[in-house]
Amino acid sequence: MFEAIAFYLFSILTTVMFYITVTTKQALFALTALAAGMIFISAFFFILGADFLGVVQIIVYTGAVMALYAFGMMFFDTTRELKERSGSSLITAGLSILSAVFVVLIFVAPIVSTKIQVTAPLIAGATNSQSVGMVLFTKYLVPFELAAVMLLVAMIAGIVLAGKKMDRSLTLMAEEEIMIAEEANRKVLL
Amino acid sequence: MMEIGLTHYLVLSTVLFSIGLLGVMRRKNLLMLFFATEILLNAVNVGFAAISHYYNDLTGQMFAFFIIAIAASEVAVGLGLLIAWYKRHGNINLDAMSSMRG
Repeated sequence: MFEAIAFYLFSILTTVMFYITVTTKQALFALTALAAGMIFISAFFFILGADFLGVVQIIVYTGAVMALYAFGMMFFDTTRELKERSGSSLITAGLSILSAVFVVLIFVAPIVSTKIQVTAPLIAGATNSQSVGMVLFTKYLVPFELAAVMLLVAMIAGIVLAGKKMDRSLTLMAEEEIMIAEEANRKVLL
Repeated sequence: MMEIGLTHYLVLSTVLFSIGLLGVMRRKNLLMLFFATEILLNAVNVGFAAISHYYNDLTGQMFAFFIIAIAASEVAVGLGLLIAWYKRHGNINLDAMSSMRG
């Protein structure tokens, strides 16, 4: 009963929030609506008993990703109204619904068949985060390490791309080059 | 109606995914396109968590974790590229990025 009420409430809320994100002309509205939608998505994870996933969703998405977007938006001209692609929105909506149905069919096709089998069963007597840890550090250890390396690479890439003059290494430059760079810096500051 | 099953969650996942695809198709601003891709990733995560719950299998949750990790690194690299592009060209409009057109 309460599960049904929670499900319908949060599904309406998420759908409305994501619809605002996709259709609004103000970038700030889109950002805040997306953050709210992420929080509401985590409610589904809590309903489904995936507590750890819900917490990770809140921390990573609304804590890290949204903060990163908010900082990124300070670089761009976000006060101006966004222009959108002119075209029949009906065709766009129809095409997107069609492709979404196809994607879900791809997901559902193996479920409908009888060959489905549980590969990582829930561990009896363990809480969700305990069983997640047990599976993650045994069966999915190699993907876990790869994800860690990928996050490190992404962090370095983000720093190099967005940082100011961080693509130059002072230790690898000759003395004259450093002098020229410092001269240029001084001119910019003045 | 009152009993929430796997179908409910898959339908919700479809709805959210089609909203995301709508955004991908009609947005011109690259930052807004990034928002739409986040919606796509979240829609898939809901489906994974629901399947994981209804089949008593943790694999779906594992894949959801890896999707979250991929989304985080995608945002870091993508925003860096966007800032680099904006510094050089002054806009992040998708239609203006046609320097490789023949």
